[in-house]
Amino acid sequence: MSDSSFIRSEMLQPQIPPVSERGIVKWLRENLFSGWLNSILTILALVALYFALSNSLPWVLNGVWDAGSLNDCRAILAARGEDAVGACWAVLSRWNQFIYGFYPVELYWRPTLAAALLIVALAPVLYFGLRRPTTYMTGGIGLLLLLSLFGLKTDTWHIGLAAAVFGALTAVAWLLPKKLLYVTLAFPGIGFWLLWGGSAWGPVAVMIGLGLVGALALWTIPRIGMILAALLAALLFLSWFMDPISSVLDFFGMILGWVLAPETVASILRPVAGLRDLLPLQPHVSGGLQSLLPVSLEQVDSDQFGGFLLAFVIGVTAISASLPIGIVLALGRRSDMPLVKMICVGFIEFVRGVPLITMLFTASLLLQYFLPPQTNFDLILRVIILVTLFAAAYIAEVVRGGLAALPRGQYEAADALGLDYWQAQRLIILPQALKISIPGIVSSFIGLFKDTTLVALVGLADPLQGIRKIVLADTDWKGIYWEPFIFVGCIFFVVCFSMSRYSMYLEQKLKTDHR
Amino acid sequence: MANAAKMTVTDEVAIQITAMNKWYGQFHVLRDINITVNRGERIVICGPSGSGKSTLIRCINRLEEHQQGQIVVDGTELTNDLKNIDKVRSEVGMVFQHFNLFPHLTILENLTLAPIWVRKVPKKEAEETAMYFLQKVKIPEQAHKYPGQLSGGQQQRVAIARSLCMKPRIMLFDEPTSALDPEMIKEVLDTMISLAEDGMTMICVTHEMGFAQAVANRVIFMDQGQIVEQNEPKEFFNNPKSDRTKLFLSQILGH
Ligand SMILES: Nc1ncnc2c1ncn2[C@@H]1O[C@H](COP(=O)(O)OP(=O)(O)OP(=O)(O)O)[C@@H](O)[C@H]1O
Ligand SMILES: [Mg+2]
Repeated sequence: MSDSSFIRSEMLQPQIPPVSERGIVKWLRENLFSGWLNSILTILALVALYFALSNSLPWVLNGVWDAGSLNDCRAILAARGEDAVGACWAVLSRWNQFIYGFYPVELYWRPTLAAALLIVALAPVLYFGLRRPTTYMTGGIGLLLLLSLFGLKTDTWHIGLAAAVFGALTAVAWLLPKKLLYVTLAFPGIGFWLLWGGSAWGPVAVMIGLGLVGALALWTIPRIGMILAALLAALLFLSWFMDPISSVLDFFGMILGWVLAPETVASILRPVAGLRDLLPLQPHVSGGLQSLLPVSLEQVDSDQFGGFLLAFVIGVTAISASLPIGIVLALGRRSDMPLVKMICVGFIEFVRGVPLITMLFTASLLLQYFLPPQTNFDLILRVIILVTLFAAAYIAEVVRGGLAALPRGQYEAADALGLDYWQAQRLIILPQALKISIPGIVSSFIGLFKDTTLVALVGLADPLQGIRKIVLADTDWKGIYWEPFIFVGCIFFVVCFSMSRYSMYLEQKLKTDHR
Repeated sequence: MANAAKMTVTDEVAIQITAMNKWYGQFHVLRDINITVNRGERIVICGPSGSGKSTLIRCINRLEEHQQGQIVVDGTELTNDLKNIDKVRSEVGMVFQHFNLFPHLTILENLTLAPIWVRKVPKKEAEETAMYFLQKVKIPEQAHKYPGQLSGGQQQRVAIARSLCMKPRIMLFDEPTSALDPEMIKEVLDTMISLAEDGMTMICVTHEMGFAQAVANRVIFMDQGQIVEQNEPKEFFNNPKSDRTKLFLSQILGH
């Protein structure tokens, strides 16, 4: 039999792989000392690590936690020995200002409750209404909330209420996790009310208005077409929240004023002057409801917001609003309709070309000119709007990348099955494009959240600049440097790292290609 | 192979293409196309690469737009009217060379999506129909897997089943087997043959000449965007008239 001819008489059965050694030694050899170059690098890295930690670790660990002022702190350190080093963590006794800004101390329970409800509102969205994680998140945050409320010395009445509410929510999470989405829907109103206080009917009327606008649009689009429906919805939106009648009257007044004397103009407009009180509808509705059933909380003004409370209000609102806006912009940029495409491209490129700081200054000054004169937005709201638009432009580009990565066959298959544009986008294209874009979207979110510290430039008290300066202005803590930075940095890190981990979970979860 | 007796052709016209022309920019890709397809007919289109076969059948469900002439599908003329386009698309199923299944949905969801959203069929009923057609293409056990977990041949059979779930009256196939390994080609062709036996009106772009001989009642040969020859399969293969056809046949059957 020659060497080149071979016939297998029996097929081989699969065998288990050879047993190799395991454990820490193997891991070390494979990962740290797998060759002379890697061994040298490992040793160099260890040396570098030693020098870095030998200087900073004692400083961190030997910190002074109990001191009334920086001088006390230094005295304590000096008493320990000639060259004792240590951080002065005692400055964190001002932690509450870093977290709550200038929010009235006796009302701390309100932002705390709002934060806990935010987590409950997020749970069903983040975990697709899966029972286990949703329940753990709801129950866990409930316990944490009760502990914090005890810590904040909230009165028993409020603690009892919170316990009842979160007990109920946890039960709902376990029995009907998807129903928690109602909390998500209601949260914008509840959160706003808890934070700013005032009549509960204000936010209710706002949400009713938005609901009506949405319902009107949904009802009219199939009946009278996209454009008319959009106009109608816009009209309802304007009459609910603004005062188009007064604007129109002012406009006519101005035109008439060019040719007629002011008194004549006034007499012409007098019969219709009553119409000026008609709109906006929102305050009428909320006022009416409030007089029927007064429910209100003590009002807190925007200038009392600061610290992480402010960062979270801006960050969370902007994050949740920028995603849908970004998606719409990305779709618009790929639209066949030239006008839509032009508007979207123009917006995206403009926003990306302008520094965020410029836009923040715009928020504090220019927006006032562009918006109708009656709208007296407060600064936080204006900042939120601009930060949202800013993030939306970036997200639009990230999502566009995801859309472009989809093979044309997906669009064609959707078309060939007879799905219309919106069905195809919603059911086929976006789920896949967004999945591809998750890392980019989350990067944008993380960037956005960290950029909330820039609001210091328009005079809002962000945790990093605003609050730190205020703490430093206290004569007790004048001259302290690293400690507040480290504290604020740690909190930012925890939040941003969680977002990043969640995005990895999500990618894993949505992985269905099995390739 | 196929049971020809069962495959009846009626006089009713399913697709009528008259004097149709299409350009990509300056490039005249389809030139003066005239085809009439009766209900129950099975047409095979072949021709060299780039001759416009895909473009032609993609015009039939308006994935591509034609610039001149007329295409009437099931009595509905294809114009810019979106309503007509949607109507035609829901009557015409299409199977692609690269399957184009939706990778983020399970097989069952792939099959029920269009019936639920386009035909407004209740979910339960849609799932029953889906299982019926999965049975028909012989892979009911894969219903809860994702497309990425299936072999190419299985994916293509799912794609066929997905089209069938819309209960189309006409099926278009664009080289359904040319992305498949030889051993999977047969399972897909068998599925198509059984579809033909059920009397489905079919237009297939394919170079599977065995399939053409077994089920087609007409073979259309295209080159440079035009119909060069069309004939019954027997005549077409045994007695081609045009030199181009002869050359083409010698190339694909030759070696
Ligand atoms: N979107 C397009 N823009 C411009 N030219 C195109 C486009 N799509 C196809 N073509 C050209 O039109 C011609 C016909 O293409 P088509 O895909 O219909 O050929 P085909 O016969 O299906 O070829 P194959 O057998 O390779 O699939 C080719 O020359 C191709 O280059
Ligand atoms: Mg082709």
